[in-house]
Amino acid sequence: MTAAAPEPKANMGQPVPRYDAVSKVTGRATYASDMPLANPAYAFLVTSAIAKGRVDSFDVDDARRVRGVIDIVTHENAPKLKESKLFSNGGYAGTTIQPLKSADIAHDGQIIAVVVAESYEAAREAANRVKVGYTAATPSATFDSPGTTTAAAKGQNAMFKEDPKVGDFAKAFQDAEVQLTAAYETPTQHHNPMELFSTSCVWMGDNLVIYEPSQYLYGLKNGVAEQLGIDADKVRVVNPYVGGGFGSRGSMTPRTAIIAGIARRLNRPVKLVPTRDQGFTIATYRAETRHEIRLGASRDGKLVALRHDGAEVSSRPDAYCVGGTKTTTRLYACPNVDSLVSIVRADRNTPGFMRSPPEVPYLFALESAMDELAVKLNMDPVELRRINDTTTEPIGGKPYTSRSLMACFDEAAKAFGWSQRSPAPKSMSDGDWLIGYGCAATCYPTQMAPSAARVRLQRDGRTRVEIAGHEIGTGAYTVIAQTAAERLGVPLEKVSVFMGDTELPPAPVAGGSNSTASTCSAVMMVCDQVRQRLFKAVMPADSLTDRAKETVGMGQTPTAQAARSDRPLDIEKAFDALGVGVVEEYGEWKPDGAPLDSFKAMHSGHARLVGGAAMKDRIAYAFGAEFVEVRVNRFTHEIRSPRLVGAFAAGRIMNPRTARSQLMGGLIWGMSSALLEVTEIDERYARYVNDNLADYLVPVNADVPDVEVILLSEQDDLINPAGAKGLGELANVGTNAAICNAIYHATGQRIRKLPVRLENIEV
Amino acid sequence: MRPFQYQRASDASAAVQALGAAAGNNSPLTQATAQPLAGGTTLIDLMKLDVMRPAAIVDINPLAQGWSAIEPGSDGLRLGALARMSDVAAHDEIQRFYPVIANSLKLAASAQLRNMATLGGNVMQRTRCSYFRDVSHDNCNKRHPGSGCAAMEGVNRMHAVLGTSDQCIATYPGDFAQALIALDATVEITGRSGIRSMPFADLHKAPGNSPDIETTLQPGELISAFAVPGRWPRSVYLKARDRQSYEFALSSAAIALDVQDGVIRDARVALGGVATVPWRAHDAEALLKGQKFNDDMAERAADAAFAGAVGRRHNSFKIALGKRVVARALQQAAMMEI
Ligand SMILES: Cc1cc2nc3c(=O)[nH]c(=O)nc-3n(C[C@H](O)[C@H](O)[C@H](O)COP(=O)(O)OP(=O)(O)OC[C@H]3O[C@@H](n4cnc5c(N)ncnc54)[C@H](O)[C@@H]3O)c2cc1C
Ligand code: SF4
Repeated sequence: MTAAAPEPKANMGQPVPRYDAVSKVTGRATYASDMPLANPAYAFLVTSAIAKGRVDSFDVDDARRVRGVIDIVTHENAPKLKESKLFSNGGYAGTTIQPLKSADIAHDGQIIAVVVAESYEAAREAANRVKVGYTAATPSATFDSPGTTTAAAKGQNAMFKEDPKVGDFAKAFQDAEVQLTAAYETPTQHHNPMELFSTSCVWMGDNLVIYEPSQYLYGLKNGVAEQLGIDADKVRVVNPYVGGGFGSRGSMTPRTAIIAGIARRLNRPVKLVPTRDQGFTIATYRAETRHEIRLGASRDGKLVALRHDGAEVSSRPDAYCVGGTKTTTRLYACPNVDSLVSIVRADRNTPGFMRSPPEVPYLFALESAMDELAVKLNMDPVELRRINDTTTEPIGGKPYTSRSLMACFDEAAKAFGWSQRSPAPKSMSDGDWLIGYGCAATCYPTQMAPSAARVRLQRDGRTRVEIAGHEIGTGAYTVIAQTAAERLGVPLEKVSVFMGDTELPPAPVAGGSNSTASTCSAVMMVCDQVRQRLFKAVMPADSLTDRAKETVGMGQTPTAQAARSDRPLDIEKAFDALGVGVVEEYGEWKPDGAPLDSFKAMHSGHARLVGGAAMKDRIAYAFGAEFVEVRVNRFTHEIRSPRLVGAFAAGRIMNPRTARSQLMGGLIWGMSSALLEVTEIDERYARYVNDNLADYLVPVNADVPDVEVILLSEQDDLINPAGAKGLGELANVGTNAAICNAIYHATGQRIRKLPVRLENIEV
Repeated sequence: MRPFQYQRASDASAAVQALGAAAGNNSPLTQATAQPLAGGTTLIDLMKLDVMRPAAIVDINPLAQGWSAIEPGSDGLRLGALARMSDVAAHDEIQRFYPVIANSLKLAASAQLRNMATLGGNVMQRTRCSYFRDVSHDNCNKRHPGSGCAAMEGVNRMHAVLGTSDQCIATYPGDFAQALIALDATVEITGRSGIRSMPFADLHKAPGNSPDIETTLQPGELISAFAVPGRWPRSVYLKARDRQSYEFALSSAAIALDVQDGVIRDARVALGGVATVPWRAHDAEALLKGQKFNDDMAERAADAAFAGAVGRRHNSFKIALGKRVVARALQQAAMMEI
């Protein structure tokens, strides 16, 4: 295990401990349901036990008799709400299935009633006593279920713009010296963040305050306002800490407007804390996917043809898809590429973002196939990647802003001891255990979005940074504080960061790993505005040369160098010259290539993410390489992965401690997505069966005794002023393939469907 | 969860009085209106899930002083029903003379649960069948006799292949009970008319036509202790599961051997994770007794252990897995240095 606080290398910040560490470990950090409310009523959800059909009747007599019950809200008496569009169609919602609108049921576990009572216990008891009569229809659960419909993603999902292709795949594949065709599958998975999907709504006159774990405060604010038909200025969302999100809190769920509507009617704060199993159906999840990969290569390992077909499950009304072909078609040099993504509609809740949404399933397929190809070619899988490494992506011929993929492979291979691997399958063992080594590449698009910030500096150096960013556990408070301290030249202890409140300047969705790059770039820019005012005060106007202007950061996008080459500013002298005690600046930053409406969209809760493969003249990704040791028991066939090693390069590492923590968690999650995590669906009923943390397995400490994270030094001045590539979603990608590749090495058995469990092993 | 009355039992007779008085209506123990509370790690869980809805719970923790014995003797072992799993697992002499017991406890649940949970509660823990634990499923014969069994044609990877009936295929999930049944333990029961003892093997009932009746315990009866005759230093508990810790068995074997001069004098084989009740494999034992141990025999014994097994859509693998687990556990026991 590497040290918790790795020594910073070139272009890395200090590994300072988390700003909020003490309050978190002492329980003082306030999560949404910790917020004290005056005289709240408690809501408890009743969810449907069928996946398709309608509610015929509610028998609520027994429930109403429970002492303390205030109201039982069903579609017959629910507050009227406006419809919300899906986020991908310009709306805010993660689903357009609006519960309590009618008696119709579109998926398992849909909200069909809300019991409101004087206490949580009374609400829960009454909810248990509500009897529901249904007319059930036979639902379509998943792939291959009768009644599903399948169509190409392009044309039905506005965010899925193209099926990347180049050259003539069919011919090149046919002519290729070596061919591989293989099909892969990934399972349904749920985020299961520790914090439940709670929400509390408090009205003060016409103004609403929402306490809810959110990865997009401004999106939630605007979305709920739209559903309630009120002005967004009247809605405030407060959420200083998020108890894990992993994508599940990126778009609005229907529960919030429902609870807000009930609170308005009752004229009383209403608090909802749903159960763990309800979280499986009232929010989103990672849908199951299927893939077919075709690779054609020359004998010496050069890819000549690549085709990736993906299929994903979504709900009946919503064409959600992750469409990871935008990444898998561009990862390696290959002149002839084709791809197609399809969506299969079933009677399910709408899926949504889950940590590295496209890359986790799509790179599982590609990186497994690369390993299979290496076996066919009798070639070291690392060398196969080296042969096909590229500095320009093959679809549009755009250059990568930086790409340290092979450096990552080399560092990780060395640390792992890859050279000790004897390549033949089944050739390594230790007592009862067959041993396999496997590796895979990971990558994640570098994304940025417009962000605002306010910075206030006092004469004594005390600094206050305000931004409606999201602390989802990544260390956002910490790196923002570091950024401001460094940029202003004040000690870190003097910087306070305020986040998690829509009263503060807007920040983008904490999704797509854009947060650090976006918020820190905005904070840097506003710090420069502060410095500029101070500088002007101490410098006679005519001495303010163009060069000085540049070095104090008057440009719209200050560069990282500008800060460093600055001469120190005597803050106290500058304040005296200005004749004030406080300087405060507000600014709005947007990345290169952001659309014209970016700032307006930022305020109205639409994040305009740019970057990755979607840029005009270049392509920006973070890269990494992962190596795993797998052990398969000869007798029980139990599969364990006692050693995970990853090396990653992601531009400037703002804080090696928080970065390592993200990457370590990612490696563990990646292993988990290969060996443990699956939401089991009862296909007869289209219902999730293991919807709790005892049956939905995630790793325990004993599963991950040794995890090593190596941070590579990388500098990239072409991405954003902070020079940072998002890394929160980097390490959990590719691990699933590395595990299966290692299982092949251990057992000689190729497994193409996740999760891999002991019954899948035949040794 | 529903409102309930909470009583603390001042002594054993008050406890059984309180439990018996409330019972009254002849319903099976699992439906009785009063339930004893030990560590609460099963009971409270099932109450929160609305699966168990007792009107009263009788907290028996005040009896801990008299009921927490861990007493290994030269001719046998006595364990109080309120001894905590963690205390028994960590006990030196249990580890030395009864490794199968120590390991069945150590490999169960999590450290936090083992600190709370008691031996009595442990053997009385109820199935983890997802359909049983989710009351939104109407069809569960164990919860509602006659309503059907959702697991039979549903997601049944964790379910049993031995001791099933056409009414219920739910697995008995615990680990410790396999050690007890293998070692011919007796269970001491305290009721309103005093104390009685019976073979532990008679405690659990296979589902048959009444899966709602899980044990032979009556309302108003409490397990007060377990007794294990003899010492079994050559014993192992092998558990195969999806993750390295904190997970129920897909298949487990409790094995105890008495080997003298290379000959197996006595053999005990019990199976976990694969059967509806703690499962003793008598046929496997018979094959082993009086023989010299070898790998081939271990495999034949394992085959015998699963002779009547019936697999279903997702759990057929347990038959092959279970055999390998038994064979390997037998080898491990035979190879033990003691
Ligand atoms: C997430 C999780 C994982 C687990 N994993 C495992 C595992 O791997 N292996 C394993 O073996 N177990 C496992 N368990 C189960 C755990 O071991 C049991 O819940 C625990 O042993 C029960 O003991 P308790 O004292 O808490 O019982 P309680 O919950 O207090 O009682 C359980 C039942 O027994 C009754 N009862 C309690 N004491 C007595 C008595 N003296 N006489 C008669 N009836 C009594 C109660 O009324 C109740 O119905 C797990 C549990 C959880 C929650
Ligand atoms: S297996 Fe038993 S407990 Fe599970 S659903 Fe069937 S009857 Fe109920």
